[in-house]
Amino acid sequence: MEASTRQEAPIRYLLSGNEAVALGCREAGVRLGAGYPGTPSTEILETLARLVPEMYVQWSPNEKVGLEVAAGAALTGARAISTQKHVGLNVAADPLMTLSYMGVEAGLVVVTADDPELHSSQNEQDNRHYARFAKIPMLEPSCSQEAKDYVAAGMEISERFDTPVLLRMTTRISHSKGIVEAGELRSVAVKGFRKDARKYVMVPANARARHAFVEERLDRLRAFAEETELNRVEWGDRRVGVVAAGVGYVQARELLPEASYYKLGLGWPLPLEGIRRFAAEVERLIVIEELDPFIEEQLLAEGIACEGKSLTGLLGELTPGRLGKGLAAAGLIDTAPAPAGAAATVLPRPPVLCPGCPHRSLFWGVKPKKGNVFGDIGCYTLAALPPLQTIDTCLDMGASIGTAIGSSKVATDGKPIFAAIGDSTFLHSGMTGLLDAVYNDADITVLILDNRVTAMTGGQEHPATGKTLMGKAARQVDLPTLVKALGVDHVQVVANHDQPAVRAAVEAAVAHAGPSVVIARAPCALMPVKIREIPYRVDPERCVGCRTCLRTGCPALSLTGGLTAKGLRQVVIDEDACTGCSLCFQVCPHEAIRLTSEEVPV
Amino acid sequence: MSARTTNVLLVGVGGQGVLLASDILSQVAMEAGHDAKKSEVHGMAQRGGVVSSHVRFGERVWSPIIPEGGADVLLAFEQAEALRAMHLVAPGGSAVVNTQRIIPPIAAGKDWDYPENPLAEVRARIPATVAVSAREECRALGNEKMVSVLLLGALSASLDFDEDLWRKVIRARVPRGTEDLNWRAFQRGRELASA
Repeated sequence: MEASTRQEAPIRYLLSGNEAVALGCREAGVRLGAGYPGTPSTEILETLARLVPEMYVQWSPNEKVGLEVAAGAALTGARAISTQKHVGLNVAADPLMTLSYMGVEAGLVVVTADDPELHSSQNEQDNRHYARFAKIPMLEPSCSQEAKDYVAAGMEISERFDTPVLLRMTTRISHSKGIVEAGELRSVAVKGFRKDARKYVMVPANARARHAFVEERLDRLRAFAEETELNRVEWGDRRVGVVAAGVGYVQARELLPEASYYKLGLGWPLPLEGIRRFAAEVERLIVIEELDPFIEEQLLAEGIACEGKSLTGLLGELTPGRLGKGLAAAGLIDTAPAPAGAAATVLPRPPVLCPGCPHRSLFWGVKPKKGNVFGDIGCYTLAALPPLQTIDTCLDMGASIGTAIGSSKVATDGKPIFAAIGDSTFLHSGMTGLLDAVYNDADITVLILDNRVTAMTGGQEHPATGKTLMGKAARQVDLPTLVKALGVDHVQVVANHDQPAVRAAVEAAVAHAGPSVVIARAPCALMPVKIREIPYRVDPERCVGCRTCLRTGCPALSLTGGLTAKGLRQVVIDEDACTGCSLCFQVCPHEAIRLTSEEVPV
Repeated sequence: MSARTTNVLLVGVGGQGVLLASDILSQVAMEAGHDAKKSEVHGMAQRGGVVSSHVRFGERVWSPIIPEGGADVLLAFEQAEALRAMHLVAPGGSAVVNTQRIIPPIAAGKDWDYPENPLAEVRARIPATVAVSAREECRALGNEKMVSVLLLGALSASLDFDEDLWRKVIRARVPRGTEDLNWRAFQRGRELASA
């Protein structure tokens, strides 16, 4: 069974769902990919950039532009893919809804990577609703092999039915690895742009006609759902019939190996007649789906009796534990013994800002102003946690500035109002907010946390990094120039790790009436290169155990030293973790922190 | 080959090399002819949070997640993380625990303390526990960055894979020039767990 020992044996890889989508793009002759990084979708375009040099891929400043770029390629007769996380599709929803009317010239697959359980997101919205909302077909892979295969299937459906196709991944599919058999490479020619105003110019008169087309297309898609091999019946014990797609299918197969299955690869529109026939053959019909009762409600509306959310619940991932409890309560499996022997308590280990993170230094300088800090999406959201606790909101990409403006127009407590936003997020959707602040003269201070990378998602390029996704040198947008061009008069650039400078800049910005911007500039401690300057250490002769340095929340510091004369525990710096950022050195009131390179008098 | 699925749970702290270890293990399982799946969550884990990776192999693997209480072997890269995960181990299961302690900033506050002796608690729950001081062992071999390979060596003592297969996959996955040193680390781990 050794892989690839015989020549005709297909090549087998162990791939994550995202890597498999990338391989699927290669095999399906996809020519262009565009998107904005977002967990758990990011690795699709990264893998393409690394391993498929014949394909053009790019990061766009946001998902809306990304989908428009992919649409432009599809309208020019080249197969294209657009990738984003679930909330990214909200940003791209505007083009998506009308692309449904326009249709395509060559295949267009739109990936939405949902995040049930909110492993790295601000909500756990169920993007299957977008398929029904936009009236476009949706594919839901249940493993890496299907993630690959469904790209080609999606391209074929897209071209056959003249529609964008939604490929719905979830974290567990995107980030699990499984065995994938490679297929044949297809070369698909680029057809070129074909002028067709009635299809591509969506003014009311044309769009009205296209709406009729969308409804007629939907009828054809419903008929297709009944016959496609993407959906299949797997007969087993007929006492229980399960309807499931995506991760719900594999979790169900694990726990109900004997049951009969209606396995959906096409998650929308549903093969309602096929399911009706299946339901008639089984004693109990169970729908196993994560998050919303998307399938269940459609079946109930059709008069197909089923059980679903009463077993699986509405929240989080469908783990074997959660699903097992629901199935046991419904009498479908024996009650599993509860996992035994858990430790009474284990200390939590929440994610923290890294050692040397420039955000820590900035927020340390902002905190004494006791303002209200409207936050945004990025690593810096972690500054909301103790001990820093300097971020007060986190809503959506770019929201810091808009929410700060709104607050400033009604607040009466006289506290300074800040918006804290990263460089990548500012370029994603903060620029329009800042324009609003200028236009409507909002008395706010916008902190642009310029670490020159999209850090939260693992270090992607963006328009201010000087490099493209494919590794080419790019024109680097100059943030101070951009901010001034938007009309901000009070603009300061400051180095995060210089505490006196940070404090002076924040002071001056707050004193300024009207919008002001502080661009806090220091590279991310991890990306693109891990910063390693001379580390600091604690002088045990001087450390009094006051814990001031610990209030910065740096994980390189720990309370594991010896005891002072007064019996207080001293701090120790992990020299392997310390990047030498110097914040602890600057805040120590007792000059007890020194460079390791320094001679210490004995 | 047994139809039963083998479940290996790997846990640790972001940056310790848990994902490299689970990558190598699942590749070995696939090349040994098994169906294999592995699952973990990226994202926040990078920022010093908890990392756990599920590796499953056998004739046919459906779920990428190990059922609660279904792990045959636990490989913990950090003591307190072994404590957090030990209830997921099946009765009669085993554990390999790296003795390293990584104390999170939260332990500096008044609400939480790092547990006194996690290893003893784990041993009480899982008698078949092997403790390995991977950092110290690697330092003795001349390179601290081989912790995950050394721990894989310790894990390998309780799994039925050919040594040549381990060697082939490890050589392909570690940085060029460190292949021989990493192989020594693997063998050292295997030796420690077999003793």
